[in-house]
Amino acid sequence: MIDVFIQLAYLLASVLFIFALRSLSRPDTARRGMQLAAFGMFIAVAATLLHTRIVTYEWILIGAAVGALIGYPLGMWVPMTAMPQRIAFSHAFGALAATLVGIGEYAHLYHEQSLTRGVMTALGFEVLLGALTVTGSLMAFGKLQELLPGRPITFPFQNFFNLALFALGVAGLIWVVIFPYDVWVFGLICVIGLLVGILIVMPIGGADMPVVVSLLNAYAGLAAVATGFALDNNVLIVVGALDGASGFILSVAMSKAMNRSFANVLFGAFGSASGPDEATASGASGEMTAIQVDDAALRLAFANRVIIVPGYGLAVAQAQHQARELVDLLEKRGVDVRFAIHPVAGRMPGHMNVLLAEAGISYDKLIDMEDINERFAGTDVALVVGANDVVNPAARTNKSSPIYGMPILNVSEATSVIVLKRGKGAGFSGVENDLFVAPKTTMLFGDAKESLTRLGAEVKLA
Amino acid sequence: MTSTAVIQLFVFVLAGFVGFQAITRVPPLLHTPLMAATNAISGISLVASIVLAGANQSLLSTVLGTIAVGCAMANVVGGFLITDRMLAMFDKAKATKQGERASAKVH
Repeated sequence: MIDVFIQLAYLLASVLFIFALRSLSRPDTARRGMQLAAFGMFIAVAATLLHTRIVTYEWILIGAAVGALIGYPLGMWVPMTAMPQRIAFSHAFGALAATLVGIGEYAHLYHEQSLTRGVMTALGFEVLLGALTVTGSLMAFGKLQELLPGRPITFPFQNFFNLALFALGVAGLIWVVIFPYDVWVFGLICVIGLLVGILIVMPIGGADMPVVVSLLNAYAGLAAVATGFALDNNVLIVVGALDGASGFILSVAMSKAMNRSFANVLFGAFGSASGPDEATASGASGEMTAIQVDDAALRLAFANRVIIVPGYGLAVAQAQHQARELVDLLEKRGVDVRFAIHPVAGRMPGHMNVLLAEAGISYDKLIDMEDINERFAGTDVALVVGANDVVNPAARTNKSSPIYGMPILNVSEATSVIVLKRGKGAGFSGVENDLFVAPKTTMLFGDAKESLTRLGAEVKLA
Repeated sequence: MTSTAVIQLFVFVLAGFVGFQAITRVPPLLHTPLMAATNAISGISLVASIVLAGANQSLLSTVLGTIAVGCAMANVVGGFLITDRMLAMFDKAKATKQGERASAKVH
């Protein structure tokens, strides 16, 4: 009877979770949907406390209290710029929970001598994927938080070595399915999982982190699915499947936005050895034309339509608020201002939107690449703030460029372009940018925050 | 393959399908909240951790279970809070056209 009740609670929770994901299709319904999902979580957890296997509550309470204490700052205090590493960190947590449950369940069934092949397959996957996600996510966290060097770390025969190690892990998995009571092999799978996680993220550079974080999301989901199979728990299977689907969809979207295949991201070590060489070979010719702040401000102030192209440089300089002030001033003068958001503008999918929304910029001004690209033609000024690769025309024209084929924002179709840039260096991928030396482009050098503040001050005077 | 496993496979495939349908409709605008949301929801592994921590099977199981409860709980609490925080910003960005309140609140 209690079992049926718990299952029904899980069913309700699953429905509410799916409902929440559906509500995320619109900004105005999203918040409500997620509150319902939180309610669903509460129902599921409350029902689980009635489970007949539970005989003592003290450890549950201790764990929950500690978790809540860790979770609160992770939810309330982490700044929006740190979202990518915050998400990577949570993937590690989620995967660790799945892995530990897998090990605990193995120990339990081992003790009872009731390990079956089916359960063993699920437990093996759970532990392998879980362990891989734990260390992989921690590596991604370290790179994004800049505790570890962001550039790719490579060594000879790296891909071969990683694949061989992974193959060994899969072999171990098959082994424990056949001989479930070989504890040492089960332990070996854990260790291999942990190692593979470190090794696969090690050669991946900072620019590719959005793909990695999304992919780890998918792995964490699959680990949850395996947990569900092992424990015969349908809500875990449902949620894991949702999580996995979300992770894969986002990874594909990110890969597409960078015009790279999964395999290329995972095995490419982009921007390490080959990138800069090719870039110098294709090298942009010509000189950049500098512009003074007052000239740039006048151009903006007397424009009809302005599109701002924010890049990661904007977030690094913490200049979102200055950008919003500039937009407010321009709008007061009747200028139509939009933001062009490239899918990889931030360090994770959709990151730039969150950063701009935090600064109080209305989301109907934040336009996705596909929708805004046709608007550039009728735009007087395109203001590029700290973006580089996502506006590089070489992605369309130069076949030898490492970013060739990447979808870009059509900034060069605007009547004039002003680029705010820290210095004269190349972008994140080490590629020169033809846009910066084009006749219609002028460069405003300096820190993005300072430049935007001064632009705002000048617009006020204009 | 047992019939349980077949049912589980049904659930998995259908849920994956529903997830795919729902998530492809999420606009890029909300992709970061989406990731935070799936992160929060995946804290549902809390239900498995709770059973392990409370079953009093062995010291090992209890210790592992308790740590797992902590990890999953951190994701649930942190995940839902940060998702709500983000989605509130999208609400607010719409509500306060000029964003005065927003600028006053952030330093």
